[in-house]
Amino acid sequence: MGMKTETSSFEPFSAGRFLQRATALLALGGATIALAPTAHATGTLAGTDIENIATASYETPGGTIDIPSNKVIIKVDELLDVTVASSDPGDRITSPGAADEVLTFQVTNTGNGNEAFTLTADEAITGDDYDPTLQQVILDSNSNGVYDPGTDDLYVPGTNDPVLAPDESLTVFVVTDTPATVVESDRAEVSLLAEANTGTGSPGDTFSGQGEGGGDAVVGTTGADAVDSGFFVVQAASIELVKTAIIEDPFGGNRPVPGATVTYTLVATVSGSGVLSNVVISDPIPANTDYLAESIVYETVGQTDAADATDESSFNGTVVSTATGDIPAGETRTMSFKVKIQ
Amino acid sequence: MKKLITSMIIAAASIANGGIAMAASAVQLSSDIFVEKTVKHKNGSIATVLEEPTMVVPGDHLVFVVEYKNNGASAAEKFVVTNPMPRAVAFNGTSDGSEIVSVDGGKNWGALSQLKVTNADAESRPALMSDVTHIRWQLNKPLASGSVGKLVFRGIVR
Repeated sequence: MGMKTETSSFEPFSAGRFLQRATALLALGGATIALAPTAHATGTLAGTDIENIATASYETPGGTIDIPSNKVIIKVDELLDVTVASSDPGDRITSPGAADEVLTFQVTNTGNGNEAFTLTADEAITGDDYDPTLQQVILDSNSNGVYDPGTDDLYVPGTNDPVLAPDESLTVFVVTDTPATVVESDRAEVSLLAEANTGTGSPGDTFSGQGEGGGDAVVGTTGADAVDSGFFVVQAASIELVKTAIIEDPFGGNRPVPGATVTYTLVATVSGSGVLSNVVISDPIPANTDYLAESIVYETVGQTDAADATDESSFNGTVVSTATGDIPAGETRTMSFKVKIQ
Repeated sequence: MKKLITSMIIAAASIANGGIAMAASAVQLSSDIFVEKTVKHKNGSIATVLEEPTMVVPGDHLVFVVEYKNNGASAAEKFVVTNPMPRAVAFNGTSDGSEIVSVDGGKNWGALSQLKVTNADAESRPALMSDVTHIRWQLNKPLASGSVGKLVFRGIVR
């Protein structure tokens, strides 16, 4: 019918309105059963009927009369909306030739009807340093947020496109291999695209009769598609050393006065990937302090000062030193020693 | 074309029904819903137009129009119109604020600013437009024979 009436010149008794009334009656004749509307963050569920009926009462000499208006029923159409968000807090660290490196994404149906989504991972994005080799897109079938090889379902486009209820989120894993040819600090971008199967387009585009619950489907503000990227960075193992000091003075306080004891603690943290070999932590004794004999502690175990095979540590008269051996990425080693202020 | 004919027949039927209803009630009441859409004109200006609600999604602004007409020979005294809010629609006000509302399913009535909502732990807060369950207009003078009018309120699809 296509009636459009400017607000300023709205004329309720137009011919268009007459037909409108006829439509309302037609809807009544169809005996549409109203679905119970459910409160929802994304809004009224698609297919819900909005029914309106006014009543009036007035008094006559014969008593009070109650009258109803006609009933108007309009159906809430399906809004097609989706968001995709990378769940990785920052760049995922990878190393040359690493297999089955995982990026994690959240796909959320922000529309108001059940909708299936097609997922597309893109590892060949330009502008980054290298392209990972795409292996698989995995759906988090057991909803634990963690990629469980063999348990979570392999995604096959067009075969098991995930159907999400309004507000429902799905975790999706994009699994790639890192080429052996990458070098330190290379960065790669991998994106995941989700598109509503009913259709995508500009906000307001309509797919007639294809909405959940029998109405139309309408493209929402997201365009019914969404994309986000996760990133890899190639990083060999690196070590960070943090030194702290605790002072105990002879008077029970913590002032650096002559006679006070200082406990220095050195924590070595290895980050990146791989293993750092033959790491030695060493520290010269500060000027104007005397080393307290046999005070080295490595990983909570007391050490001797002698440079021998009984333990990892030694003191050579000026420098304390601990040979920690190999430290895999992600681990820490802690050593401490004491000095007395002269 | 067939659909149009069907519509016309039903439209005719509705007139007939209206005629029958008139015998029982001198006053007629009708309800319509329109949806506000923003339209861009060729010259670039943006206008808000009212359209038939052929397509409605959450967040859309609706305009409800209730019209009344006294076809009777005598005035209708104490004329009151009540419109329950459809549950999927949040009340969004009227242009003149001449209505009273209920936020408890029609038990208590008043201006929205005077009403409170009591939640589960017995604490009350001022009522919001989204709490409104019913809207009511009470005409302060008799509805004279032949007089017409319309009441308009706005809502947002939840």
